[in-house]
Amino acid sequence: MVDPSLLVGLGAAVGALLRHGTGSVVAARLGDRDLPYGTFTVNVVGSFVLGLVAFAGASTSVQFLVGTGACGAYTTFSSFSVETVRLWEAGRRLRAGWYAAVNLVGALAALGLARIVVGVV
Amino acid sequence: MFAGNGWGRTMEVALLIAIGGFVGGTLRHAIAGVVAAPGGTLVANVLGCLALGFLTYEAELAGTLSEETGYVLSTGFLSSFTTYSTFALETMQSAPLLGAGNVVANYGLGAIAVLLGRSAAMTVTEG
Repeated sequence: MVDPSLLVGLGAAVGALLRHGTGSVVAARLGDRDLPYGTFTVNVVGSFVLGLVAFAGASTSVQFLVGTGACGAYTTFSSFSVETVRLWEAGRRLRAGWYAAVNLVGALAALGLARIVVGVV
Repeated sequence: MFAGNGWGRTMEVALLIAIGGFVGGTLRHAIAGVVAAPGGTLVANVLGCLALGFLTYEAELAGTLSEETGYVLSTGFLSSFTTYSTFALETMQSAPLLGAGNVVANYGLGAIAVLLGRSAAMTVTEG
């Protein structure tokens, strides 16, 4: 097997590029007027794909490349936290709480959906 | 973001993000090899929040770092070093109480780390 670190690194490079691309597309369509939709989108979509890889029992190499690497890097916790703190600072506290909650509920629901999809297919 | 600067600039930005992403993902994986799940992800997320908090407020207050540094460090490295999907999966796979504790730890310590990063940026920029 290829060195796990290399698989994770290559997957992460691709995941970072896809996150940047997704952010650009989402910002162009929706903007950041109400909530940081770009981060929310990558966190939910990335969790769904990670769920597919994890629950389908993919090979270790695929887990490293796609799961830990690509999905791990496509989703982000640091941007999420900074955005939540900034909403709070801007006096939009309810929105900050809502944003923190929907990221968690969205990601967990995406994982649950992935488990169902894997079970059906 | 890609508009107006030409193909060469687009490739340059992509390369910066890819390099940062490669290193960030590899380092997160290395930490996960040392600190058992879900602790490894927690460590990466909190450290990443601290650093991104600093960079974000430094950019706002002083803006001494270049756009290229932002692509490599923020978009590439830190955003790949930290992860939401693995955090969510580990939360789901934990026993209910541990899972709830994992959410509280990541959310709480992540927010505190951002604020500490902000304080550091304020200290540095006020000189």
